Amino acid sequence: MIRVAIRGLLGRKLRAALTGIAIVLGVAMISGTFVLTDTINAGFDDIFTGSYKNADVVVTGKRAFSADEASATETPSVPASVLAKIRRLPDVAAAAGTVTDETTHLIKRNGKVFPTMGAPALGFSVDPRYQQFNPLTLVSGHWPQSSSEVAIDKASADDEGFQVGDSIKVEVNGPARDFAVAGIVKYGAVNSIGSATIAVFDTETAQQLFNKHGQFDVIRIQSKGGVPTSKLLNEVRPILPATAVARDAQAQVKEDKKDVAFVNILQYALLAFGGIALFVGAFVIANTLSITIAQRMREFATLRTIGATRRQVLRSVVLEALVIGVIASLVGLFAGLGLAKGLNGLFVSVGIDLPKASTVFATRTIVVALIVGIVVTLLASLRPALRATRVPPIAAVREGSVLPRSRLARFGPATALTVLVIAVAMLVYGVLGHGIPTGLRLLLLGGGVLLMFVGVALNAPRLVPPLASLLGWPATRMGGAAGQLARDNAIRNPSRTASTAAALMIGLALVTFVAIFGAGLRSSFESAVDDLFIADYALTSSNTFTPMSVEAEKAVRLSPAATVVSGVRAGSAKFLGSSHNLTGVDANMPKVIHVDWQAGNDTVPARLGKDGFFVNDDYAKSKHLHLGSSVSFEFPSGKSVELKLKGIFKEPKGGSPFGEATVSNELFDRYFPRPENEMVFINTKAGVNETTTAALELPLHDFADADVQTRSQFKHNFEEPINRILYLLYVLLALSVVISLFGIVNTLVLTIFERTRELGMLRAVGMTRRQVRRMIRHESIVTSLIGGTLGIVIGILLGLLVSRALSDEGIVFAVPYMQLVYFVIATIVAGILAAILPARRAARLNVLEALQYE
Amino acid sequence: MSEALTMPAAAAEAPAGPVLSAKNLTRRYGEGETAVDALRGVSLDVPKGQLTAVMGPSGSGKSTLMHILAGLDKPTSGELSIAGTAISKLNDTDLTKLRRRHIGFVFQFFNLLPMLTAEENVLLPLSIAGEKADKAWVGELMSKIGLEDRREHRPAELSGGQQQRVAIGRALVSRPTIVFADEPTGNLDSKTSGEILELMRDSVDAYSQTTVMVTHDPRAAAIADRILFLNDGLIVKDLGRADAHDVIAVMEQLGQ
Repeated sequence: MIRVAIRGLLGRKLRAALTGIAIVLGVAMISGTFVLTDTINAGFDDIFTGSYKNADVVVTGKRAFSADEASATETPSVPASVLAKIRRLPDVAAAAGTVTDETTHLIKRNGKVFPTMGAPALGFSVDPRYQQFNPLTLVSGHWPQSSSEVAIDKASADDEGFQVGDSIKVEVNGPARDFAVAGIVKYGAVNSIGSATIAVFDTETAQQLFNKHGQFDVIRIQSKGGVPTSKLLNEVRPILPATAVARDAQAQVKEDKKDVAFVNILQYALLAFGGIALFVGAFVIANTLSITIAQRMREFATLRTIGATRRQVLRSVVLEALVIGVIASLVGLFAGLGLAKGLNGLFVSVGIDLPKASTVFATRTIVVALIVGIVVTLLASLRPALRATRVPPIAAVREGSVLPRSRLARFGPATALTVLVIAVAMLVYGVLGHGIPTGLRLLLLGGGVLLMFVGVALNAPRLVPPLASLLGWPATRMGGAAGQLARDNAIRNPSRTASTAAALMIGLALVTFVAIFGAGLRSSFESAVDDLFIADYALTSSNTFTPMSVEAEKAVRLSPAATVVSGVRAGSAKFLGSSHNLTGVDANMPKVIHVDWQAGNDTVPARLGKDGFFVNDDYAKSKHLHLGSSVSFEFPSGKSVELKLKGIFKEPKGGSPFGEATVSNELFDRYFPRPENEMVFINTKAGVNETTTAALELPLHDFADADVQTRSQFKHNFEEPINRILYLLYVLLALSVVISLFGIVNTLVLTIFERTRELGMLRAVGMTRRQVRRMIRHESIVTSLIGGTLGIVIGILLGLLVSRALSDEGIVFAVPYMQLVYFVIATIVAGILAAILPARRAARLNVLEALQYE
Repeated sequence: MSEALTMPAAAAEAPAGPVLSAKNLTRRYGEGETAVDALRGVSLDVPKGQLTAVMGPSGSGKSTLMHILAGLDKPTSGELSIAGTAISKLNDTDLTKLRRRHIGFVFQFFNLLPMLTAEENVLLPLSIAGEKADKAWVGELMSKIGLEDRREHRPAELSGGQQQRVAIGRALVSRPTIVFADEPTGNLDSKTSGEILELMRDSVDAYSQTTVMVTHDPRAAAIADRILFLNDGLIVKDLGRADAHDVIAVMEQLGQ
């Protein structure tokens, strides 16, 4: 029996290959995800461990609390005097201090900053006397030795053709300054540091540039031979000030890695797309195997007449699936190596370029990818395999036998409806239910969506005839007799058409949902900007989201065109038990940002002074705050202050530029040694026009990272990342659409095989090859349109449900009609593409052979 | 050649008396006004070592009779025992085991598995049952069906006659109590048909292989030890050995 299964598979190579492709793609996505994220993680590992090479103990400033958004500038530095004390300790062989910064922008020759796309623009000092601690290696030139020299990373240098001796502008905490390129450096063994850039200065220059006179951010300490790290730690700790902390190097690497936890989130997200692809793949496999089994009824029946039990038939089908699953998973596993490169290219194209080590192909990747691929294939084969066991032996001697209905078949319609009802119930409860823990809510939503797809697929056979009649109508008009036959063929076996279409439905439902969600996000953001933004201009950093030095705000004040310049500071602070975003405003804020006050009025910003803050209505409600409430704020430096609530504003649905609490810029600047603006708003004498724009840009000439923009440019800049993410999601979902295309190809190829005699007859009575091709193509289009229509409808419903649930967050329900039209067009194109190979095969049939075909 | 090789083992174990016994078999298809009675009360015993032919025009019920006798279909009423086992009470697994042990099939359309070689097709019943093939027996069988030099050929590389020889080999390989042949020459030209009939007769003579053959070909019936004529779901004539002319005469006499 094993031989029968294996030989059977070899005898139907094309069929097996088409079945397997679904799994190959899904598994490739899984393994590609692991390979890429492992490679990125290893890249970060290399960076962090390289950063502390030869250091046994590392001393850093101590953050008063950990915050997600906390950047290096918020971590307090360590006084330089500590280094001198450390060097005097008996067991210290060497110690060196360095200062670091993450907004040290290199400026291109055209005056624009090197875009880091959210990655840090690293700046740090290197003390050339302590090469054992230096994570960088010189590619050419020498280490910077004076206040006019800088060393830059090789990728940036190559990008713009900078060479040793060239002049380059660097912008740190103020206007850009000219430096001479002293050296070009590489970061240890790391293949790529992604889109990050590196600028290296000598210690004194770096301290001055980063506003850290007489301070260090990191002190690396090497012990004398044979001294245990714990002993060294015990010596170092007593001499540290309260604001500093000493860790052994491994612990410090661990600490640093907390900042890149987003790589894991990325991994889960990509795995989810792999899961979707495999789910679609399972549909395709189940459907293909079902059709194959229907066509092999006589074979199974013959086996039964000569003594094969039902169990043996079941095993032979499952074994076939197992072989397909194993081979496809193996192919997918290695295809994942290639896909990882593709995924990375995709990320880079949307501006996410992360550090990478050399490719990591972990055992875990192999195990998980193979197990998941094989198990999914086996599960998908169960239903078809059970069907095969129902083939009666008598089918061996009868023409055109049909499978007997299973004992459970009469419960079919009821089951299908029940599944759908349960799915909808789970979704509605998951979305609208109150007080459900997040984990359960996600489970309800995820499970609900999956069940929804299964439920619709189960019910689809009854929807196919009316849908096919409707969607096939244009085909009958355009395709003549061929179109008519195509539509009838699509209805001929509704459950087959339904499950073929169901695979495509899943992809389109998700794509539609993403489009609707994105449109909702955009429109709520736009209405919020329309509400809030009453200034003439805004100033942000060139990548919109990174805060920028307050120096740019000071510079733009010099422009004669500006009447009001009001910056919004951004940082973090700990209050009411957790760390939150903290913003700062000045008295002019009401002239540039409109908010509705629930308590207080437009004088609130001016009255904040040194002891006040304001919050939004939601936060006030959740923390039971009212005017006059006194709250203690702790800043990253460790200093604390007691503040009084002086105003509560109504947060617009699309969000506001403000954090959970807002204080005066005066207070903000007192507690943050290097304050930064997330944006600056500007009113002008003459309003928005080209002359005004030029007048504002003039004093910002040396602030390459500052970007003056009008309200519509501001909207566009903020929406661009949303659009990029949407584009990314579309591409990732496209994989499952491609898999479902293979499903359509499979069904058509098998159907044509089944109808060989019929096609021969049609050709014999005068149907041209062209008409045959057209017939197959139209059937394909009708099938994919059924899937597309169902998918788009489900996607809209999901979008409606989720926007309802998130309406408090300001997400509105908006249908992007044009995009839906594009999706329908894409569905038709998909149908045409899927039909190419099958149509050609059908047209090639030899009439005579087809008629004699047994 | 040893006794064990020439005597079908299963047949030797079978109890004395008929290897197949049917009483009052009826078979009704459909219900109500559209119901069709394919068999209306057929009784027969098939003794060991005989070749029985079942003849009759289309719609006479001969195929239905064979399907029921072979345990592929269930009678609406009546009793049937094969090799001493009453089959009406058997579940699917027991019925399958009974087929494995006691029944061989030869089909009109051969029903070979296209991906297996000739020899593998012949051996299939044994491998399904998980039994080891007796090499000497298989060698003898391959030479009996005249395909010892085509063991490795696939069905697609064989002529129709050769394919049917493979099918006969497959039916004989497990030395079943009874072989059923459903129009074994129905898909072959007349010369090839003659060869196939010769082979079937030979298998009955050489191995005492009890065989029941459904056919509408008088030449096929002429090789039988006994010829049953069916019409309208009833046995209308039970003839001993007869040549083709006699068979045609009876057919004409019965208005067939």
